[in-house]
Amino acid sequence: MSATPLLELRGIDKSFGPVQVLRNVDFSVTAGEVTALVGDNGAGKSTLVKCISGIYSIDSGEIVFDGRPVRINSPRDAAALGIEVVYQDLALCDNLDIVQNMFLGREKRSGLVLDEPTMEQMAAETLAGLSVRTVKSLRQHVSSLSGGQRQTVAIAKAVLWNSRVVILDEPTAALGVAQTAQVLELVRRLADNGLAVVLISHNMNDVFAVSDQIAMLYLGQMVAQLRTSEVTHAQVVELITAGRSGGLGLSGDNGDGANGTGTSGADRHDTPPTATTEPGVDR
Amino acid sequence: MTAPTTTAARPLDVPAAPVPTVGSHVRDYLARVRGGDMGALPAVLGLIVLCAIFSVLHDSFLTQGNFANLFTQGAAVTVIAMGLVFVLLLGEIDLSAGFASGVCAAVLAQLVTLRGFPWYVAVLAAIATGALIGFVLGFLVAKVGIPSFVVTLAAFLAFQGVVLLLIKGGTNVSVHDEVIRAIEIRNMPPWLGWAMAVVGIAGYAAVQLLRHRNRTARGLVTEPLAVVWFRIGVLAVLVGTAVHILNLERSHNPLVSLRGVPIVVPIIVLLLVLWTFVLNRTAYGRHIYAVGGNREAARRAGINVDRIRISVFVICSSMAAVGGIIAASRGGSVDANTGGSNVLLYAVGAAVIGGTSLFGGKGRVFDAVLGGAVIAVIDNGMALMNVSSGVKYVFTGLVLLAAASVDAVSRRRATATGNR
Repeated sequence: MSATPLLELRGIDKSFGPVQVLRNVDFSVTAGEVTALVGDNGAGKSTLVKCISGIYSIDSGEIVFDGRPVRINSPRDAAALGIEVVYQDLALCDNLDIVQNMFLGREKRSGLVLDEPTMEQMAAETLAGLSVRTVKSLRQHVSSLSGGQRQTVAIAKAVLWNSRVVILDEPTAALGVAQTAQVLELVRRLADNGLAVVLISHNMNDVFAVSDQIAMLYLGQMVAQLRTSEVTHAQVVELITAGRSGGLGLSGDNGDGANGTGTSGADRHDTPPTATTEPGVDR
Repeated sequence: MTAPTTTAARPLDVPAAPVPTVGSHVRDYLARVRGGDMGALPAVLGLIVLCAIFSVLHDSFLTQGNFANLFTQGAAVTVIAMGLVFVLLLGEIDLSAGFASGVCAAVLAQLVTLRGFPWYVAVLAAIATGALIGFVLGFLVAKVGIPSFVVTLAAFLAFQGVVLLLIKGGTNVSVHDEVIRAIEIRNMPPWLGWAMAVVGIAGYAAVQLLRHRNRTARGLVTEPLAVVWFRIGVLAVLVGTAVHILNLERSHNPLVSLRGVPIVVPIIVLLLVLWTFVLNRTAYGRHIYAVGGNREAARRAGINVDRIRISVFVICSSMAAVGGIIAASRGGSVDANTGGSNVLLYAVGAAVIGGTSLFGGKGRVFDAVLGGAVIAVIDNGMALMNVSSGVKYVFTGLVLLAAASVDAVSRRRATATGNR
């Protein structure tokens, strides 16, 4: 671990009725790094992301943001902390242009009237900061953009708000080879710009191409969170599908010990979430 | 490691888009039209063709008297269509708008004629009735989750009954109030028409030029100044011509003078400016387009979708109330047929003919005015030629069908070219 994590989840539990979807999950995201979140279908990736983004509330466990325990009860709480999610199905309005989409729901106004010039300038600056060179005009409708360009707009929308954590849900799932490369380059650049990036992906090539750390979920448990340089392709696949690989992953009984070597929350002691006044919780 | 290592080295190309010229602007427009984004073009062409046909077929179509008639005949439908644009923008429909206007007109007649309230109380009550109707409809659609087609179809039947109940069955209630009657049957003095025209054109020019200057000063891509001036010029010519013709003497009786812009015209212009401002320049309007374009995306962007859906029905029914007031002003009475027969279909037709999509997400308030003009020309021209009601209905139906086909075809074409 080169730096303290910006966002840290400790012992997260989440159940839907009798079904426990997340079991004692630890997860940490560091600023300036891409953390890949991988796992098979139904492993709990989406649920974990929805807990972080405030769509679901957690049953127990602790979320620490920038060294302080926080409660995230609604998407607004998450947005206030600077956590933005780029959803798989993009959530863009085809009939609006790029600027309008980027500011949707958070329009800049002067008085009652929309402040279009300011919004357009901010959008241009954000896209320039991400070195996006592929869009012709900021005033073209999103419907006329390619899949990669749409993804770019969706990501730029998330970055616009001085966000600190950007979670990307399968950003390359629907893209061709060239566009995938484009988006991955953008993902890398977000991290290089100092953001903490969470990349959810099924594509191991993408994961190994851009990530600094890989967190692996298996049936609702975090089997390991490792530096990308310390694992091989085969190990990751094994951890995702079987929950363990050699000395890594879950130990024999699958209740405790849900951490491999190098995980962040190694010696977890369940801090009650009421201790909100303590600034830096020890690790 | 958090330093932005790569950005500094890369070129910042986004703001350096090519500066548009008049030529590129025209080319862009033609490309958009070919790509299926035809905007007002079909309606404008249709209007010109229809006017040409009717003026050939009947001498009195192109007279100043008939020109004024077009405005007063089309006013109610146009105003109702303006409200419908909001509902159509969400991909919903309000089939009850016609009879909602009837109900509101009946409320107006009740208060002003039978109970002797002053006109402004009656007008406010009528509009409030419309707002209430719209709230109930919107609530049933957004919160209860009944499809708008069904809710408003039920309301269509029910309001027909409410009109009958309000005017105590069968008979009609006359509206004699001077102010209310004046909306449709009185004209402004010629000088006032000119003054309003000048103020309107100057206001439009000021807004357009200021926006252009503001954008240029900020280094944003702007359309060429020539295009801005061209638009201002076109507006000035059209408005000037219309005011000039309306200010001509159109009375056949030498003892009575009949000239000037009908009072209903500035009312329509005012509503057009108001609602265009709301749709284009406020966050609320932006959210209406967003909900119409992609409801889920709007919800995730933190927009209160239910509130937007309810509000458009409130706007629609309130505008229907205004339409009802205009209809009562024109007819001088309210009967069981006020807002009935073809009013609703004409209004929906006006919005769609003008270019508002039935699929949601695309449309402007101006579409209602443009489409309302087409409808008024058809209605008026047919009446002049003394064709039977049968022919008139068939022809209007065909025009509506043609407009809906243009909408569907251009939409398909737009999807193919990624233009929408």
